[in-house]
Amino acid sequence: MAYSDKVLDHYTNPRNVGSLDKNSAEVGTGLVGAPECGDVMKLQIKVNPVTNVIEDAKFKTFGCGSAIASSSLATEWVKGKTVDEALQIKNTEIVKELSLPPVKIHCSVLAEDAIRAAIGDWKKKQSQEQTAAVAVQQA
Amino acid sequence: MSNNVITEQAPSGVKLPIYMDNHATTRTDPRVLEEMLPYFTEHFGNAASRNHEFGWVAEQAVEQSRERIAKLVGASTKEIIFTSGATESNNLAIKGAAEMYREKGNHIITQATEHKAVLDTCKRLEKYGFRVTYLPVQKDGRIDLDDLKRAMDDKTILVTIMTANNEIGVLQPIREIGALCHERGVLFHTDAVQAVGKVPFNVIQDNVDLASITAHKLYGPKGVGALYVRRKNPRVQLVAQIDGGGHERGMRSGTLNVPGIVGLGKACEIATLGMAEEAKKISALRDRLKDAIMGQLDEVYINGSVEHRLPNNLNISFAYVEGESLLMGINDIAVSSGSACTSATLEPSYVLKALGAGDDLAHSSIRFGIGRFNTEAEVDYVAKRVVDTVNRLRELSPLYEMAKEGIDLTKVQWAAEPTH
Repeated sequence: MAYSDKVLDHYTNPRNVGSLDKNSAEVGTGLVGAPECGDVMKLQIKVNPVTNVIEDAKFKTFGCGSAIASSSLATEWVKGKTVDEALQIKNTEIVKELSLPPVKIHCSVLAEDAIRAAIGDWKKKQSQEQTAAVAVQQA
Repeated sequence: MSNNVITEQAPSGVKLPIYMDNHATTRTDPRVLEEMLPYFTEHFGNAASRNHEFGWVAEQAVEQSRERIAKLVGASTKEIIFTSGATESNNLAIKGAAEMYREKGNHIITQATEHKAVLDTCKRLEKYGFRVTYLPVQKDGRIDLDDLKRAMDDKTILVTIMTANNEIGVLQPIREIGALCHERGVLFHTDAVQAVGKVPFNVIQDNVDLASITAHKLYGPKGVGALYVRRKNPRVQLVAQIDGGGHERGMRSGTLNVPGIVGLGKACEIATLGMAEEAKKISALRDRLKDAIMGQLDEVYINGSVEHRLPNNLNISFAYVEGESLLMGINDIAVSSGSACTSATLEPSYVLKALGAGDDLAHSSIRFGIGRFNTEAEVDYVAKRVVDTVNRLRELSPLYEMAKEGIDLTKVQWAAEPTH
């Protein structure tokens, strides 16, 4: 299987590898996939609480070259976008950018899921914070 | 191979890319090629042409090959039939015996880690009304002889169990299996493809009635193989699967691939002369690779029995690292993986699954097949590249991170449900 140059580039020079503090209120963590399937992606975003802009993103992936490239690309793309803009990212765009063959399309789907899961986690934290704040006010 | 991901400087004496996938196929030995060449343009006769010298010379070459193959496996020349390769030999042995002995019984026994050439053939026979038992293997990859004993009944006509496995290199107890079969009057076929020329294999001592051999796993050309068919105690008969002309004692019609057969014969001769010495050298290389990798990495697991194993095989799982991404990082080295991502069907290796290892370890496995032409310098380079790549990928791995935090990965609720 010949890999596209972009996949190779992300594999050799992955962007934004690492972890953010998952306990921080500004961080959303998405963990998708399963070891039995051969694909697990962890994608984290740090969101500015005022502007809702994703200021930082980090990823870690257990998976093939295409999975690593898809999640690395995902962190590149979400940075600088607002949360709502990031939700617009579609897996088909990842497929196109990385020239993924049909057998690797599922890697891009997982990356899109990872973005949504991270945003979902962040949103959950925001509503929990709000509930806590209201509770404090009412106390 | 222009996709060089990580351009490392190979040390002198190491030519890239390195081939370490000798279970998939082997480089044709130059001595074998030299032996074959005259049979293309000089002695190009059809071995079945009885009436002129072109035919006689070709026939003589074929008979010499038959002798060389027979010698390697302890058979007589009349017991060697030529085929197009092991897949055909497996088909001929299993279907040929099943059809011949159908009146006697319709039960066949095989095991879970056989090559697809055997498993798919058995599946087809099931469609024709045969009953097939697929024995499980133990954690070390070997069958339990008691399971075999219990599975045999008065309708069993054939047991087919491979001598050595192509993925994990594990050796089955074929001598005991054969003895058991002879006791019960059941035929014993073994796919000996990965074993012949690498470990001692003798059809008499190992109680074998049918054995599949192929040239391209022992430094011979692709497209030619053989089937050993016993003639005494018992005399085995097969229904031919290919009709037309009655070649090979009626068992396999078709003009013989003379150059290929000459190649197979030469490869067997080289193996007969050099096997003991070569096995020592190659297992030393394999152990050198194993010790270097296991000495520098934690959480690596050898798949299958270490004791009962081919001298050239190493099949290791690297926890928390997926196989295809590992292959990508060492893409100047040819090896293979049990990962789903590397298979056409996106299924992880069924052999590794049969060992009971979780799918995650199947996805993390790499198979090294060391061969005649590998060197110590190559092994050292491969070990270094593997260790470096595994370390790099573990830095990228969320599973490694979770494991280091003390999380028990078996207890995690994963978001994706496995589809298989």
